[in-house]
Amino acid sequence: MVLPGRYTGNNIKIAKPLTLIGVDFPVLDGEGKHQIFTVAAGNVTITGFELTNTGISSVKDLAGVEAIGADYLRIFNNRFIGTYFGVHVANTKACVIEKNFFRANERKEYETGNGIHLWQCSDAVIRNNYITRHRDGIYFEFVTRSLIEHNLCVNNMRYGLHFMFSHQDEYRNNVFSKNGAGVAVMYTHNVKMEYNKFEQNEGNSVFGLLLKDISDSEVKHNTFIKNTMAVYLEGVSRTRFEGNNFKLNGYGIRLQANCDANTFTQNNFLSNTFDLATNGTLVLNNIDGNYWDKYQGYDLNQDQIGDVPYRPVNLYSMVVERVPAAVFLWRSFMVFLLDRAEKALPVITPENLKDNYPRMKPYDYRSSA
Amino acid sequence: MITVHQLKKNFGRLEVLRSITTSFESGKTYALIGPNGSGKTTFIKCMLGMVIPDSGSIAVGGEDINGSWKYREKIGYMPQIGRYPDNMQIGQLFDMMQTIRNASHPVDGELIDAFGLRDLFGKRMHTLSGGTRQKVSAALAFLFNPPILFLDEPTAGLDPVAVEVLKDKILHECRKGKLIVITSHIMNDLDELATEALIMQDGVLRFDGTIDALKEITGESRLGKAIARFMNRTHTVSDTIIRQKL
Amino acid sequence: MSRIIRYVFYDILRTRFVIFYTLFLLGSTFALFQLDADPGKVILSMMNVVLMVVPLVSIVFASIHFYNSYEFIELMIAQPVNRKSVFMGQYFAVASSLSLALLTGAGLPMPFYGITPAGIALLYTGILLTWVFVSLAFLSAVLTRDKAKAIGVALLFWFYFSLIYDGLILWVMYSFMDYPLEKVTLALVSLNPVDLARIILLLQLDISALMGYTGAFYKAFFGSSAGILFSAGVLVLWVVLPVWLSLRIFMRKDL
Repeated sequence: MVLPGRYTGNNIKIAKPLTLIGVDFPVLDGEGKHQIFTVAAGNVTITGFELTNTGISSVKDLAGVEAIGADYLRIFNNRFIGTYFGVHVANTKACVIEKNFFRANERKEYETGNGIHLWQCSDAVIRNNYITRHRDGIYFEFVTRSLIEHNLCVNNMRYGLHFMFSHQDEYRNNVFSKNGAGVAVMYTHNVKMEYNKFEQNEGNSVFGLLLKDISDSEVKHNTFIKNTMAVYLEGVSRTRFEGNNFKLNGYGIRLQANCDANTFTQNNFLSNTFDLATNGTLVLNNIDGNYWDKYQGYDLNQDQIGDVPYRPVNLYSMVVERVPAAVFLWRSFMVFLLDRAEKALPVITPENLKDNYPRMKPYDYRSSA
Repeated sequence: MITVHQLKKNFGRLEVLRSITTSFESGKTYALIGPNGSGKTTFIKCMLGMVIPDSGSIAVGGEDINGSWKYREKIGYMPQIGRYPDNMQIGQLFDMMQTIRNASHPVDGELIDAFGLRDLFGKRMHTLSGGTRQKVSAALAFLFNPPILFLDEPTAGLDPVAVEVLKDKILHECRKGKLIVITSHIMNDLDELATEALIMQDGVLRFDGTIDALKEITGESRLGKAIARFMNRTHTVSDTIIRQKL
Repeated sequence: MSRIIRYVFYDILRTRFVIFYTLFLLGSTFALFQLDADPGKVILSMMNVVLMVVPLVSIVFASIHFYNSYEFIELMIAQPVNRKSVFMGQYFAVASSLSLALLTGAGLPMPFYGITPAGIALLYTGILLTWVFVSLAFLSAVLTRDKAKAIGVALLFWFYFSLIYDGLILWVMYSFMDYPLEKVTLALVSLNPVDLARIILLLQLDISALMGYTGAFYKAFFGSSAGILFSAGVLVLWVVLPVWLSLRIFMRKDL
């Protein structure tokens, strides 16, 4: 039990099971030089503190709480204000990080660490945290069987969420908004991403969600609004995209030709500049049964499914792919005519990439979003 | 009143006016005569500033007209074909002309009344017949009491009654000391109205003198015959008879 | 000159054509607002009207009007009036009556559905395009004596700026795709008032932010105060240059 006040926290080492409870958020100040807590034992709980002002080091990842081999670590209800790294956990099983607030100082990207950084962990739960102005909001490397839910990652310098080699994880109900480069997921299989919201990740080469070398995963019921590129897929296989809302994005889905056997179904594509773009002519993915607001077919038998297939790949998106500067002709009369011609007689766009059962009306996901 | 010195104008390769030199005096009515395409209208348009001559000079009341527009206050012009903004009413047209010319002295509405145009003031221009338009054009030309009048085919298309009204007006204005230039193909009208004749052919002024002199030279008593005879003489420039020689 | 403007202006406002144009704009704007709840999408649809219909109507109407006014212009020139006043009077009257039609037709419904910056930008670029294309119409009118030819030239202007120019640009960009083209396209955009207007509008509609590097480049440029001045300046130049040139020709023209 620690009473209110201001303490200088100079690398407090915890080497045995312990519960530390701050009353009315006592401030632990690293004085711009030190790490605050270093946990090296299982069953440690830290709650109710304000951790602030850790040192910055490019050699050592100074953190508010650093934990190594600290199974069953619990960190909840803390404030991390101006820490370099917020929580830095390694080689730990079943840690829980919940209801914390992380705000890094306004610095350059290389002067800021990650909000929640996990390395070589398993069975972690990250829940209800608010993370802002860090380099990556949440960073996972070699973290398995973990759950990340109800977190809010806003205005982080690089990625809202960044994870690699982290299999069998689940991401639900998180909001990733206005982060420097969106969310990046790489070199992973068996991931579930559900009910997340990716919004306003705008700028050059910015993604709502970047998927690179992902397989056997699920991306369901997410909402993508106003991203430069809502979902960018490279080397993604056997992954299912279902029930997502793509709205007001530059690109809805950008599918590199090295992706195969993915399924996109029951998604809504609304007011995106380009719904689907790709760089190859042969695409082995299934995109049946989505709603595309640009679809202009008809439904004679009234079964809510359009009677003619829809080809979502826009000729002009292929042109822009090759000549980015050509984007300024977008919405010109000439581009309109080119598109019409291409729709009637596909020459450049992939012939087989089409929705055979386009929906006439958008799916209603308002309850879930 | 008007002096023209070595006026030249080409349209492309076509020489429309080849060095015209002449002068017009107040109190006289001039008949400008010549076959179609002889340069009559171009000549009048040069004096109005509507066609810009290639060389030569025109002075109105002693003032060179090149680049000037103020002198046109002294001129009333009745074009061959008068067309006006379709949706404008006759009354509005007269109003507009008065505002544009900024008429300070009282206007001469005699022709408006004589043609009975006042009853038509509410009519829009596009509903008018060709004859009525001519009446409007004539009334406009005389409206501001200008000392100089250019009338291009004034009687063409007018009904006989209107023709007489207009003729009376022309004679009356001439007697008041105005300078009037008329082009027409109706020789009887010209015979009645004009005292002077200018005959143009291929851009050259071939006769410039009184109608009486023309009749005397040709030995014809009617202007029409006199001109026909004059035109049939050899077509050379040396044949040209101008006032100064007479 | 102001008297000529006033008379020609009222005359044009009474022609069925301008009334029809106003009603067409009014009808389509109301219809678009009724059909779509999202004002952003409405503006996007209206953008096509502004970029296609406004230039076409402006250039065709202005050149027809110029020829229909030929005798009227003759009449005016025979009056003690400056040639410049006659010509510029016609110009201002045509351009401002078409602008008024646009302002009424496209602007009147806006207060009912919410005035947005994009809506304002739409009216602003629409009016500038009106003036640009009236200028071009007057230029084509003084360049030829024949009415049919002048309307032909006017249509060619429209066709060129709406379609042919963009096609040529695309071809050029394809040929030089290995070079950085952003700055070059900026110059190329300035050479076509329709492209310039479209980019100003797209930036207002905030689509550019989603268009990657080039979009960001344009946004950074046209969003800055220098860029706003630049685009407005170039459009004004597109208004002034043709009308200045045509005035010069008109001053020496034989009527």
